[in-house]
Amino acid sequence: MSDKQTPFYHIHQKLGAKIIPFAGYLMPVMYDSITAEHLRVRNSVGLFDLTHMGEFELTGSGAKDFTQKLVTNDVSKLAPNQVMYTCMCYEDGGIVDDLLVYNLKDRIYLVVNASNIAKDFAHIEKHKPANVKLTNLSDQTALLAIQGPMAEKVMRQVTDYPLETIKYYYAAEGKVAGEQILFSRTGYTGEEGFELYFPNELGPKMWDVIYNKITALGGGAIGLGARDSLRLEMKMALYGNDIWEKTNPLEAGLGWVTKLDKGDFIGRDALVKVKEKGLTRKLVAFEMEDKSFPRQHYPILSGGKQIGEVTSGVISPSLNKGIGMGYVETKFGDIGAKIEIGIRGQNHPAVVVKPPFYKNASHK
Amino acid sequence: MIPQDLKYTKEHEWIRVEGDTGTIGITDYAQHELGDIVFVELPQVGAKVEFMKAFGTIEAVKAVSDIFSPLTGEIVDVNTALETNASAINTDPYGQGWIIKVKMTNPSELNNLLDAAAYGKLIGQ
Repeated sequence: MSDKQTPFYHIHQKLGAKIIPFAGYLMPVMYDSITAEHLRVRNSVGLFDLTHMGEFELTGSGAKDFTQKLVTNDVSKLAPNQVMYTCMCYEDGGIVDDLLVYNLKDRIYLVVNASNIAKDFAHIEKHKPANVKLTNLSDQTALLAIQGPMAEKVMRQVTDYPLETIKYYYAAEGKVAGEQILFSRTGYTGEEGFELYFPNELGPKMWDVIYNKITALGGGAIGLGARDSLRLEMKMALYGNDIWEKTNPLEAGLGWVTKLDKGDFIGRDALVKVKEKGLTRKLVAFEMEDKSFPRQHYPILSGGKQIGEVTSGVISPSLNKGIGMGYVETKFGDIGAKIEIGIRGQNHPAVVVKPPFYKNASHK
Repeated sequence: MIPQDLKYTKEHEWIRVEGDTGTIGITDYAQHELGDIVFVELPQVGAKVEFMKAFGTIEAVKAVSDIFSPLTGEIVDVNTALETNASAINTDPYGQGWIIKVKMTNPSELNNLLDAAAYGKLIGQ
């Protein structure tokens, strides 16, 4: 299977991006420098092509009730146009995916991870009742994210929509760059920002209008490399790294989106048992205490004995030190606990910290 | 742009030979592939290096990479400026970004290395 191009592929090429195959798409990993792009989002504003992400629509009279059964968070609490971060689980409590649920006027809109589109579609299709229609819009939907403290300034120049009426994690359908589209005040960076969904064919036009405003403010295009370091500084989980089928939301620190008392949902029984028995491991955030850098799959140790494994690690561009996450046996996971990371045969000191790593993000 | 006067490894190191000493670094292609280089783990002067064995590591934001020695010998100089400014490897990989100097013990190993044309072919340039 050859990798797909997003509607922005030729723009990325023209900007000199390093392009890699990722989840079936040819995506920009970096334009000029991950560090520079990262700091651009922290300090001004950046534009991300996230077209690889998957979009599904659930329609029909049972759409909202079914979504309540499908995901771990409480969909019944959603106001019109509100957006919710959640997991969906297998019967055994393992995570199928983490996703966004949009409670739109006439439909439920789901945004899922690119690498999970086929798996998620099959899972939802298998469980959905006859009064729900599931449509995969991923191939025809482009997604751009505008993220950074100046994101709203950019949006104000490309839409007349009263943005002050859109709260954090709410969506709207309105005109942006002259086109009627779906957009929301959401993101994966910790900064203020918006995510914009529209048909592929509008891609180049939307990019041009928005990119011009962004560069005029000192911002620029941001690749997947900086997307990863930005989310990691906020301790936001990445499916495939920090969460997967063999992890459950409780040990992954996603208890806040797992409402065991909301009524039945797929995986609830298993998760109730997990909670009753107590967690055997948990996902912790840690910082290196020397000049060394944790990477995925490095062992985590305590007193020289392995207690877990690093799931994500990076040199934090904002903090200029090694940061990471990983699962450890519960008793070693308290804030302030001293642990070690095994790096090429040597144990380096690290400490479990309270997330996020980066405390000064523009979204509070 | 691949300097004509250097020899290269398939692992993307370069070596500049002057007398019995070789200066070693990583290529422009390698630094570009790694992205922002933040830290280099350097060996000590006097340490021995072996043909195509790792002698240090380069930490970039997203990845870590071993640095291999194109030759067997003894380290006679280390670019300690990289301890505080590892990004010199990004900005000037063939100049300020040099990593170590090695006194060769077996110059015939040079025959195993690539010339500029062969290295260019390897990286598709």
